[in-house]
Amino acid sequence: MTSGADAVLAGVAVTNFWLLGASRLGHSIRVTAAQGILLGFLPLLAAGADGGALSLRVLALVAASVLLKGLLFPRLLFRGIREASIRREIEPYVGFTTSLVLGLVLLAVSLGIGTRLPLPHRPVSTLAVPIALFTMLSGLFLIVSRRKALTQVLGYLVLEDGIYAFGVLAVGEIPLLVEFGVLLDAFVAVFAMGIAIHRIHREFDHIDADRLKVLRG
Amino acid sequence: MDPARLLPLAFALGLAPLLLGVVNRTKAIVAGRRGAPFTQPYRDIGKLLRKGAVYSGTTTWLFRAGPVGGLAATLAAVTLTPLGGAPATVSFPGDLVLFAGLLALARFLTVLAALDTGSAFEGMGASREVQFSALAEPALLVALAALARATGGLSLTDIAGGLGAAAWAESGPSLLLAALALGAVLLAENARIPVDDPNTHLELTMVHEVMVLDHGGPDLALVLYGSALKLWAFGALLVAAALPVRTGSALPDAAAGVGGLFASAVLVGVVESTMARLRLVRVPQFLVGAGALAALAFVLVGK
Repeated sequence: MTSGADAVLAGVAVTNFWLLGASRLGHSIRVTAAQGILLGFLPLLAAGADGGALSLRVLALVAASVLLKGLLFPRLLFRGIREASIRREIEPYVGFTTSLVLGLVLLAVSLGIGTRLPLPHRPVSTLAVPIALFTMLSGLFLIVSRRKALTQVLGYLVLEDGIYAFGVLAVGEIPLLVEFGVLLDAFVAVFAMGIAIHRIHREFDHIDADRLKVLRG
Repeated sequence: MDPARLLPLAFALGLAPLLLGVVNRTKAIVAGRRGAPFTQPYRDIGKLLRKGAVYSGTTTWLFRAGPVGGLAATLAAVTLTPLGGAPATVSFPGDLVLFAGLLALARFLTVLAALDTGSAFEGMGASREVQFSALAEPALLVALAALARATGGLSLTDIAGGLGAAAWAESGPSLLLAALALGAVLLAENARIPVDDPNTHLELTMVHEVMVLDHGGPDLALVLYGSALKLWAFGALLVAAALPVRTGSALPDAAAGVGGLFASAVLVGVVESTMARLRLVRVPQFLVGAGALAALAFVLVGK
């Protein structure tokens, strides 16, 4: 029987492929937000699968992550685009088609590792570990293969989504404090990177990471 | 042989051109026109059959064999195609590979005929067609493999018969992904927007249309009928994957399948009216994306 968690994980995998193939910045931001929202509801499903009652802890976590990833981050990133008035294309180092094919390779690798990884207790879904690994790997790939500083923020967010999924599904009882700490970290990182992008843009008139090679006094 | 098994083939032979009529009518209605009557494709085919054919002096027998061989291969593929849950006329374990192979054969013959004309445009169209189908075919086979894994059947008929409501409850997400991949392959293989525009007649943008540009009269009628049958075959696969109506007896299943097919024709028409064609360099990405969806569906089955 398919659980809701399986369906959500399948959706997350689709958003990963989508991001690997997306060529527009605004579009990528929206897809990342959708991925964040999808993952935000995972703790609810994970708690439901265990048969346990929905604690206040879980609800607070869901509310916080959906609000942060679905609303606040996209807003910050869109503001980043507007203020830096950058071009809307993504400009990858690795072409979109190649990215998609590499995405398939990453999925295969994560399945290979994910099904062998010894875990302290059985995860909610057998897909949990492979898809979480796949999300981390594709986030990493997005960071190294895209030119714009803003897309690197997106890659970082996807990477964080993967870690979050891994934490919720595979490990289970992470203390609330740690979860919120991770969310806060992500928030501060996006905030700081938004400012950094603004600064880079003001100094150099572009945010192409590959041109930031020479130090200026 | 059970006469009920001839039902899907009879429906396909009789109603396939009507499918094109429904697509065109949908496009006309969305565009605010009244549109040609549903039977227009039949009239076109009839008109073309009454005409004579003109053959260029540079062409050989390959050019004449193209439409005939192409239609024959497509017809053979249609005999393997189940209609909704109704079993196909011919089925044996592993026939899904033959299905893909026969469609590839039909394409190969069309490409040969196009190259035989010696026209530079037809060569360009042939090159594009082959490039796209090289990417669409893995997506088709992996999607079918995912469906085979979900149902445990190895022939198209067994797969289609197993895709009832129970299979959807069992592995819904992966069936949905496989159906999406099949839908993308349907659009690509039948030269539909967003991959190709069946209405364009500008040489530089045509893909499939340009390959049959030099065919006329009865040959063009065969090409038209063949493309209608191909749309029918892919549509039937899509309906089998996406419409979980399985009553167990052939006639209601086939009726539901025909209904689903015309619904999918309307869907194709709506997609064509609302989407722009993709830039040529983006098409491989669209098809690789379909392949990725199919691979994901394959992985998700039985988890």
